[in-house]
Amino acid sequence: MSLETAHGHEHAEVTNTGIDNRKLGFWLFLSSETIFFACLLVGYLVYHGQNGSGPTPAELFEIPLTSISTFVLLMSSLSVVLGVFSAQQGHAKAARGWVAATALMGLVFLGFQAYEFTHFYHEGLTLSSSLFGTTFYVLTGFHGAHVAVGVIWLLSLLFHGRKGGLGQDKAGDVEIAGLYWHFVDIVWIVLFTVVYLLEAAM
Amino acid sequence: MATAAKTLGFIPRPTAETGFVSWLTTVDHKRIGLMYGVTAFLFFLFGGLEAFVIRLQLMKPNLDVVTADTFNALFTMHATTMIFLAIMPMLAAFMNFLLPLQIGARDVAFPRLNAFSYWSYLGGGIFINTSWVLQVLNPAGRAVPDSGWFGYANLTTVNFSGGMGPDFWTIGLLLLGIGTLVSGFNFITTILNMRAPGMSLMRMPIFSWTTMVTSVLVIFSFPAITVALLMLLFDRQFEANFFNVAAGGNVVFWQHLFWTFGHPEVYILILPAMGIVSEILPTYSRKPLFGYSVMVFSTALIGFMGFTVWSHHMFAVGMGPVVNTIFGLTTMAIAIPTGVKIFNWLSTMWGGRVKFTSAMLFALGFIMCFTIGGLSGFMHALPPANTQQTDTYFIVAHIHYVLIGGSIFAIFGGIYHWFPKFFGRMLDEKLGKWNFWLMFAGFNMFAFPFHFLGLMGMPRRIYTYDTGFGWDFWNMFSTIGVWVLTAGILLFIWNFVQAMRKPAGTLSDPWDARTIEWTTASPPLPYNFKEVPVIAARDDFWYKKYPDAGHGGKAAKKQDQPHAAGAVHGGGHGIHMPGQSYMPALLALGITLLGYGLLFSNMITTIIGVTGIFAGMFGWAFEGDGGTVIEVAGGDD
Ligand SMILES: [Cu+2]
Repeated sequence: MSLETAHGHEHAEVTNTGIDNRKLGFWLFLSSETIFFACLLVGYLVYHGQNGSGPTPAELFEIPLTSISTFVLLMSSLSVVLGVFSAQQGHAKAARGWVAATALMGLVFLGFQAYEFTHFYHEGLTLSSSLFGTTFYVLTGFHGAHVAVGVIWLLSLLFHGRKGGLGQDKAGDVEIAGLYWHFVDIVWIVLFTVVYLLEAAM
Repeated sequence: MATAAKTLGFIPRPTAETGFVSWLTTVDHKRIGLMYGVTAFLFFLFGGLEAFVIRLQLMKPNLDVVTADTFNALFTMHATTMIFLAIMPMLAAFMNFLLPLQIGARDVAFPRLNAFSYWSYLGGGIFINTSWVLQVLNPAGRAVPDSGWFGYANLTTVNFSGGMGPDFWTIGLLLLGIGTLVSGFNFITTILNMRAPGMSLMRMPIFSWTTMVTSVLVIFSFPAITVALLMLLFDRQFEANFFNVAAGGNVVFWQHLFWTFGHPEVYILILPAMGIVSEILPTYSRKPLFGYSVMVFSTALIGFMGFTVWSHHMFAVGMGPVVNTIFGLTTMAIAIPTGVKIFNWLSTMWGGRVKFTSAMLFALGFIMCFTIGGLSGFMHALPPANTQQTDTYFIVAHIHYVLIGGSIFAIFGGIYHWFPKFFGRMLDEKLGKWNFWLMFAGFNMFAFPFHFLGLMGMPRRIYTYDTGFGWDFWNMFSTIGVWVLTAGILLFIWNFVQAMRKPAGTLSDPWDARTIEWTTASPPLPYNFKEVPVIAARDDFWYKKYPDAGHGGKAAKKQDQPHAAGAVHGGGHGIHMPGQSYMPALLALGITLLGYGLLFSNMITTIIGVTGIFAGMFGWAFEGDGGTVIEVAGGDD
């Protein structure tokens, strides 16, 4: 019997598909998450137009403002790609920088969302004011919670790479966090289109 | 034998091989499977006790064994327990134990996540049953869920259920869902990635195939109930409006979400049971499974079609003739792949040298009862008939025929079949046959009269009834049936205890079986296979034993090179085994405590729970897979 370090071994495993176990498992998780957000979105659409005596979407939404936060989130997808690429290339310090930038942009997005929620709340839209309030806060809130989890994840990657950065040995970890980050971004693009833009178009 | 790696820098990685800590920290799929099995069986007994009381209350007209409120709690918890805490995890026990053995792997893809699935299941099960404790302490508090197992809105809203019942139910099912989803990801990854060399998908044992399809159903259907439960949670805890009719909420929306999950769920309960039966029949008929590829295809087709039929649970809510017709047709279409399976099972036995062991008897009981349940299901698929049958005992008959006569009989058959592999001991066959006949007779006495009662108009879920409807005799008869069924289950427990009192030491292959789990020791060693097997045929083990048995045998002879690809899974320089860990149990504990914190709006419990979650997750990430490399001398298996 002998000792063996955990690191390096995970990637030595040969799989039938050629895809790393963690990556495959994570893709499955994301496919399940897709249904999760689809159901929430269906809830939003089923109750569309039920504004009760509270404010309507048209009165509340400020498309230019939300466009800025959307743009920031989109850019964070770019930076996480660069982070993954740098880690794979062995540019450990650069990778750490890109991951930090991604986390920061995620925080900016969350800041915008916090501002939006408080603003809407003062305009009279609450979780109980109408079905629009209920479905809007729950749908976008769950997305925001996903972004927050992503930020925590990226920050723990930074902690993980606090000494030597995020080099090739940690590229797999960065890549999976990146998958999650892209997913959260794509969900936002759908939500932004369906919840905000279609509303403005009508 | 273990690394000195420390979790969180200060907790030493556990290495105990026996005793409490070894079970608490195990990541071995076989041990996890046994824990699932034992826990689920205890919940099965508890759910059975609830049913027992229900049948006592309904034995005669106008009884008051329990109050109407308690009766509501009993039937709600009976169904919730049997579906989520007994049958699903009993099937998960088989999947956990058998899947890696059947595909020639040393463990599942994510051993620690597997342990986490079990512990969160245990936490969720205890959580939801805590309601009984509160109920006993304060009977007026209505703490036990009592809105039925599908929790229809708006029975569950605060106006109609002021007690904690729906909260226990909602948070409890959310907790249980997490572990189930994680198992789903884990099993699919295991099947796609971890098969032994030569084990192509179409050579996989059929039970592994049903595990695969079931897991796909899990990962695509559980998000729907998760969303439904979260909506209900927000309605009850934070005054949201999802199902608040006064604000425009639509109660039928709950039904759509619930049954989008609920119908795939019934296939989650039956497909693995079909898998078990499809392993038992060939073994004791000494013939290959008839139409293997068709079986695989029909399993996948049933799984896929399971997502297209959910509204057949809602024919009576007034969706209109067009929608009703469409869902009636999609539902009837499922009878085709299901019928194909039944004929394949019969053809498997045709011309075989059938041995009527206990396992085989249960498998035959399954075919008979499942067919009856399938036929009554087909009747529900016709909307006009359905409107007559909805909310009557006819529906109760159907679900008990597919879940007891179907799933439970298959599970018992599976226990008799794989018991030597699980425990290295044999269950007594004579007792086993008594076990079967008592359960078979008892079950049919208990559930068949429900067909008559339903057609005579007895509504489900009524806590008592008046005399003079013609229901008296069959209700009495049914209750007596439950006593016979109970006797059968008690006999099983007796058989189990007797078997466990004997020392282990069974042959590795007592049934002359076909698939590669029977090449391992009984019970299997921690690493399952000394050398990773190389698979040359479907029913590989059979053709290695009997090389002249048909063309699978020739293939096995031709390609039999056991050492060729041993390097694929950790061969060569010893066997890498994942390390034990406290983290799965810690994480599950944190999540369960968070559930209690939410339930009681208790800040301290919530904070402890969240702390546990963070500690568990970070400990998990930073301790890594860990583990040891075991050097195995020789490879004579
Ligand atoms: Cu159904």
